[in-house]
Amino acid sequence: MSELEMGKPTSFRVNGHEHQGVVGESLLLALRRLGYEVPSLCYHEAVSPYGACRLCLVEVGKGKRRKLTTSCNFPVQPGIEVFLDTDKVVAQRKVILQLLLAQAPEAARVKELAAEYGVSDTPFEKKQGNACILCGLCARVCREIVRADAIAFSSRGTTKEMDTPYREANEACIGCGACVFVCPTDCIGLKDENGIREIVRWHRKLPLKKCAACGRPFAPTFQLNAFAAQIGVERTHFDKCPDCR
Amino acid sequence: MEDAKFKAILERHGRDPANLLAMLQDIQKEENYLPREDLVRLAKELAVPITRIYGLATFFKAFSLKPRGKHICTVCMGTACHVRGAPRLVEQVEREFSLKAGETTPDRKLTLETVNCVGACALGPLVILDGEYHGNMNAAKLDKVITEVKKG
Repeated sequence: MSELEMGKPTSFRVNGHEHQGVVGESLLLALRRLGYEVPSLCYHEAVSPYGACRLCLVEVGKGKRRKLTTSCNFPVQPGIEVFLDTDKVVAQRKVILQLLLAQAPEAARVKELAAEYGVSDTPFEKKQGNACILCGLCARVCREIVRADAIAFSSRGTTKEMDTPYREANEACIGCGACVFVCPTDCIGLKDENGIREIVRWHRKLPLKKCAACGRPFAPTFQLNAFAAQIGVERTHFDKCPDCR
Repeated sequence: MEDAKFKAILERHGRDPANLLAMLQDIQKEENYLPREDLVRLAKELAVPITRIYGLATFFKAFSLKPRGKHICTVCMGTACHVRGAPRLVEQVEREFSLKAGETTPDRKLTLETVNCVGACALGPLVILDGEYHGNMNAAKLDKVITEVKKG
């Protein structure tokens, strides 16, 4: 697959059926558009794929070779043959779900997926409290969509963690809560109380702006000012909440 | 870090964020660790998010975010050194300077670190003081090294 072929239409096979796709596109995205169901936790089509949760495993064959791979960061290529939910894929996915269940035993989406695959318990040691599965989706959204870059991975191996630098509130965080929205294990936490927004996991507290018309606190002042600067409008543009505007 | 030294490091690497790692190495060489204010300043000067610098600085074992001592004593705890008594050497240094492996003395004279094999197993047990390799270590030889450190 050369640079020149990127973006060109091509055909590939899924479970024996011929389909049309675009060279270089995420295989997971292509499969989902075709109506195939492939589970995932760390993928979001708005940001770059990362291949962290490993749940989107498929078998991809080309010529005589056939291998297991994550589909989110595998590019569609001419002539590939994709096999979904083969015995091998399902067996691997069960192990992955056991591992995820150990990492985030309370996370609703993980439990749901595990139940779907008949995984009720995990032989691995369960973690307490910390439900983060280190999928990095929050950081990708913060960097690529919000463009705040307030959180990132630090350290590596068994001590790897997702947090703000020095585990203190980062001034770059605008308190938008996009990370909270995308988190597959709901482990970040957002509170709007007494006119203050708190993003619990990132130690960030920001005062909320009250709507000039109805008086309801609706978003952090800091965030609204950042948005106003980004799109080049007066700060007063965000004086009213979306309902009153 | 002094303003002039910091600027010199920036200029040496052309203020290019691609050379971030080299800049961090230079800062660490100068200060023996990566001071927080220097990392924050680096982020500002290069217009690179602090998250990226922090991520790099914590990813590599060679970097330390905690202040380290004037002298750095590294005891090899690889298999070969381990069976030849490296744990006893670690204990000896810990006792002499009342610290634990990975810590620095309050007067910032010495940092004690352990490492899992430096690839000189034939010389084990091995102690590295400020980059100088001392092979075939024993309690008596280590005592001499300790005296050296305590003197200067």
